Amino acid sequence: MSVGLEHYLILSAVLFAIGLYGALSKRNAIAILICIEIMLSAVNIALVAFSRFITPVALTGQIFVIFIMVVAAAEAAVGLAIIIAIYRSRGHIDATEIDLMKW
Amino acid sequence: MGLDIAFWILAVVVVVAALMVVSLRNIFRAALALVLCFLTIAGIYITLSADFLAAVQILVYVGAISILIILAIMLTREVQSGSPSNKFRIPAFIISAIFLGAVAFAVFNSTWQISTMAPLAPTTTALASKLFGQGGFILAVEIAAILLLAAILGAIILVREK
Repeated sequence: MSVGLEHYLILSAVLFAIGLYGALSKRNAIAILICIEIMLSAVNIALVAFSRFITPVALTGQIFVIFIMVVAAAEAAVGLAIIIAIYRSRGHIDATEIDLMKW
Repeated sequence: MGLDIAFWILAVVVVVAALMVVSLRNIFRAALALVLCFLTIAGIYITLSADFLAAVQILVYVGAISILIILAIMLTREVQSGSPSNKFRIPAFIISAIFLGAVAFAVFNSTWQISTMAPLAPTTTALASKLFGQGGFILAVEIAAILLLAAILGAIILVREK
């Protein structure tokens, strides 16, 4: 059986599930950001696979992937800056302890 | 045929790398596994004949974002204490498994309208005319530029010493 759209979608879903598990179960805030990057990459794989197999000459899926990469880069920069600022003021980045805005 | 073999190898490597990212206790090694994950995702883009995206993936993710993450890990010095799990480990696993099952069910029970056309071979020109050409995504490109500027300014202000 040759590799088709379903294979890529299942691969994307597996990666997204792994990233979701990590993002929900990690304590370290940087580890949570890393897992969110894995989830974004999984979504990118799904979009490129749709673009390749359903509309091979339109390329709209690849355009969306470019914008997702832009937003992911901005998110990583701001997220890591926030984490470093929290580390400066608190001395740790344990996400279970950062509950100032929790009621 | 060659693409099939390449896909299976890349798929196994990327899943193993992602599992290493979530399972390794040393956060620095997890970041190195993340670099491997990003590299194999670039290979997966090549098997999908998205050559421009593969180059962008290597430049942006492997080149920039992983450096940023490793720098943040070194600045916060949490390598020794590692990245232990919180108390939601079992519920998180259950939620992820349910998500995977739901997506697999949806994928296998949908009828996809697979196109038989050959993909564009060099995608760079077509992507550029889509992004900047008539009726393209030029407004979104300019909004993305403003977003990047705001992110750069925000990151500088957040980490600046008082």
